[in-house]
Amino acid sequence: MTATLDAPSGSSANEVGKERRRKEDAHLITGRTRWTDNIVLPGMLHLALLRSPYAHANITSISAAAAADFPGVIGAWTGADFPEQGGLPCAWPITADMKSPVRLPVAVERVNCAGEVVAVVAARSKAEAIDALEAIEVEYEPLAVVLDMEAALAEGSPLVHPELGTNQNAVWVFDAAAAGTGGDVVAALAAAESDPDQVVVERVFRQQRLIPAFMEPRSTVVDPTSEQITMWSATQIPHVLRVLIALSQGIPEHKLRVIAPDVGGGFGGKLQTTPEEIITLMVARKLGKPVKYTETRSESLMSAHHGRDQIQRLKISARRDGTITGFDVDLLADMGAYLGTVGPGVPILGAFMFNAIYKIPAYRFTCTNVFTNKTLTDAYRGAGRPEATFGVERIMDELAVELGMEPMELRKKNWITHEEFPFTTVCGLTYDSGNYEAATAKAMELFQYDELRAEQQRRRDSGDPVQLGIGISTFTEMCGLAPSRVLGSLSYAAGGWESASIRMLPTGGVEVITGSSAHGQGHETAWAQIVADQLGVPFESVEVIHGDTQSSPRGMDTYGSRSLVVGGVAVVNAAQKVVAKAKVIAAHLMEASEDDIEFAAGKFSVKGTDTSMAIGEIAWAAFAAHNLPDGVEANLDSEATFDPDNFSFPHGTHLCATEVDTETGKVKIRSYVCVDDIGVVVNPLIADGQIHGGLAQGIAQALYEEAQYSEDGQLTSGTFVDYLLPSAADLPSFTTGRTVTPSTTNPLGAKGVGEAGTIASTPAVVNSVIDAIRHLGVRDVEMPCSPQRVWRAIQTARTGDPGGGSGGGDQIPVAAAQTEGALSTGVPTGASE
Amino acid sequence: MIPSSFDYVAPDSIEDALSALAAAGDGGKILAGGQSLVPVLRLRLAAPGMLVDLRKIAELTGVWQDGGDVVIGAMTTHHDVVNDPIVAEHLSLLAKTAATVADPQVRHRGTLGGALVHADPAGDLGAVAVALGAVFEIAGPGGRRSVDAADFFVDYFTTSVAENELLVAIRFPSFAGWGAHYEKFTRVAQSWSIVSVAAAIKVTGGVVSQARVGLTNMGPVPIRAAAVEAALVGGPATAEAITAAAASAADGTSPVADTSAGADYRQHLARVLTARAVLAAVG
Repeated sequence: MTATLDAPSGSSANEVGKERRRKEDAHLITGRTRWTDNIVLPGMLHLALLRSPYAHANITSISAAAAADFPGVIGAWTGADFPEQGGLPCAWPITADMKSPVRLPVAVERVNCAGEVVAVVAARSKAEAIDALEAIEVEYEPLAVVLDMEAALAEGSPLVHPELGTNQNAVWVFDAAAAGTGGDVVAALAAAESDPDQVVVERVFRQQRLIPAFMEPRSTVVDPTSEQITMWSATQIPHVLRVLIALSQGIPEHKLRVIAPDVGGGFGGKLQTTPEEIITLMVARKLGKPVKYTETRSESLMSAHHGRDQIQRLKISARRDGTITGFDVDLLADMGAYLGTVGPGVPILGAFMFNAIYKIPAYRFTCTNVFTNKTLTDAYRGAGRPEATFGVERIMDELAVELGMEPMELRKKNWITHEEFPFTTVCGLTYDSGNYEAATAKAMELFQYDELRAEQQRRRDSGDPVQLGIGISTFTEMCGLAPSRVLGSLSYAAGGWESASIRMLPTGGVEVITGSSAHGQGHETAWAQIVADQLGVPFESVEVIHGDTQSSPRGMDTYGSRSLVVGGVAVVNAAQKVVAKAKVIAAHLMEASEDDIEFAAGKFSVKGTDTSMAIGEIAWAAFAAHNLPDGVEANLDSEATFDPDNFSFPHGTHLCATEVDTETGKVKIRSYVCVDDIGVVVNPLIADGQIHGGLAQGIAQALYEEAQYSEDGQLTSGTFVDYLLPSAADLPSFTTGRTVTPSTTNPLGAKGVGEAGTIASTPAVVNSVIDAIRHLGVRDVEMPCSPQRVWRAIQTARTGDPGGGSGGGDQIPVAAAQTEGALSTGVPTGASE
Repeated sequence: MIPSSFDYVAPDSIEDALSALAAAGDGGKILAGGQSLVPVLRLRLAAPGMLVDLRKIAELTGVWQDGGDVVIGAMTTHHDVVNDPIVAEHLSLLAKTAATVADPQVRHRGTLGGALVHADPAGDLGAVAVALGAVFEIAGPGGRRSVDAADFFVDYFTTSVAENELLVAIRFPSFAGWGAHYEKFTRVAQSWSIVSVAAAIKVTGGVVSQARVGLTNMGPVPIRAAAVEAALVGGPATAEAITAAAASAADGTSPVADTSAGADYRQHLARVLTARAVLAAVG
């Protein structure tokens, strides 16, 4: 059993819990930002890249010679001109027999997806480099293209990588029976099939392909002009990047410094070792001059890694009273043409989350990773967990319908009650804390659940053309990636610890060095709040340093909602070491025993006396070093590396009401309420910001975003005209609430918030859309639930004809209607007038 | 992206602009607000050798009355159209429609004439021009000529303005006292119309006395829904009558099928949205 606090933690005296405005923002919003593309170095050259227009082709001849004669051009190269290039690294070989194709930064013999780089131009200006691209001569021999996962696995399919002999990358299985953590799902489902008191529901859901549309396109600058090469890159992972470049490109790690300056968002999209980073590095070394490459938005959409793209075949069984008896998950996951840095492991993270907050006795998860001639996929906000949450929360609604149960009642019947924590799940994870009842009760009250159900009934009864739907998502996620031992057991190449150090400056300031490389999250503010409390110094006295392998040499960077619950704890531990060091000196200076020294609110005092010294005074004394105890070094600086024992498990209840216009198929979100339990909150303003942005992204998957390809493998959603991102105008005002059940596995009691909104919201929205039109006979609408898809689903349910017998025009087959990408784009696209 | 290199002039008279166009030959292109052309240049979908920027030609900007007509200079921005008192009084359909174009930044740069000459079938203002029977005043080497809206739009992204001509102004009759509404159907607020309907309706004593209805993105060019207009006029301004009239909105259309909508879905939308537009216009 775990405690849920009534009020947010943190009294007014504490920094933790204060709604501080982010100290990062002033420079970000007044144009004083140092994006990588803003960096200008003396003599710097600019790159332009020629990319393959074909999704699969042999390069039969290629010459960049003519480009070298263009004005301003310093050099032009094809793949063969880079004999030193190493394959880009994949750090997550999920199985021993996983098939790994070589991915060269510049393709040499064959291209396997559109957008792959085939040639490089360096010029004095970006414009001159781009102009010279047209002089590069390439002849391609087009090869058969395979884009669909099921087709790719079928016998006789064209092979993306003929040398691998298969399009199957790997098959990864978690079987609770084999692991000894639960029952045999095959037996459980078989028993359910033959038991009149049980039902079995099987559904296939599709996770469409998404593009992590970070605000700042990726950019890299490399300066090779000193002994140690410096790379600036718009990356989430400067530390990991340095290690991977050393391992894959033969550059000694100590000869490379990586800096992530201001980075404009990532969402997993900058958790990568990119061809463009390596190309910039290779050209800079070749020429001995600083070189910059910045992608265009079109290049970013086409070639930066994509996310999601799964087919989920789910089978769940339950007794008539709602008690779940088994759950079998069978996934196909599209890797695209290559394996990214952590790509193969992304769907695997879902293995531990399909069981969600429920007590499921028998469980199995099977994932087949597949190669296709599309852009590679990799981490995207949530990475494996949104897919799992969508699958389980969608099928819970389907199961509720099958059982004739109210969907929230079905969830209550199966979830882990607050008395049952810590609870070890069917996957073997131990959820340390949680209170699903409290979060749900609060959410239902804020949502006015019963009133909305009543309105829904009225609209159904009156045949209102605008129907109301209510969607539920009671979710949890595993945050704080990750205990290193767990990562090791999953064959990930590295650990999941985080590092921090604290420098106590002689004049009272504090420098905090963190290995969590922020790219928009607000670490500088939140870490300063934590340290201000720990050391009893003013918030304003704390400076946070990050994102440079020289100044913050150790780190595992930022992804997987790990910064606060791993990196933040490292900061706490480092601060406690500072206090311990200072205490020795304080005792010496105040001529007291260490046992009699107390530390509170920044002051060391001698118990029972009014003698005290501020921590700043101790810092000065350590700096002056005139009177230190024997054997004590002359500083208070400390560092800590924290490796979590367990994940943290934020949870929450998200409720979405949509109005579905049955005449047009358009979906409007009427209200959205979420009550998240993210444990102790360091800065409520930042936490709300993360929730709001996360909701926007999750709702966007439900309603708007989809990367679409033509039959020959061209990305047809290649600009923001066709890849639809919602703006504030398309989203409702969110009602956010919180319950606080502190995590018991870290001293902050925090759980992580970066991905919660994205993970939870997608199924809430889709469940709501289905709920609005289920009485018309609709039981699924593929994502994104575009007006056309919703309208066709209603027509099909009413008449069996997706055109609704409305006459005229194209009659589109059901299959095509459900995958709009099959339709052609007839109109050239441009920006708005 | 960075456009291919091009020459650029910004003349301060229509005559000089026409001379610059003539001198540029096939490689000349007029730059108005740039909200469509500049992205096309940046994506290198077009590479004109010479851009003739009209922004310094004062007589191309502004709204004025001429007899009973309202004349709007081709270089008047959407923002200025939306906020002009003459437009508000006489052309409320145009004001309401222009207010839905893209976003505020685009509306401050984009121009009425530029949007109409660009002639994107998903552009919103063409349907208003055909519905209201606008007349396009065009200047060329041989002098001025006027073209009716019905003849102005030729095909996808193609109008009757020749490469050596420029659009000077758009002339509208007054629709003071008419009800108006633009029913825009998009997936997100800033995206292009899947289908939209412009309606201006005059109701006298509960009866529709005059009706103008234009359709956006129901074919390569904006369409005037003449059958709907005919069905509305003389009928009561009731939901039943309007819905019945709107049933013919898609008659004779052959809209494109693309990733947002199949042709049959567009035709269905045209009927639904026409009823909504007219209902909203009659208030």
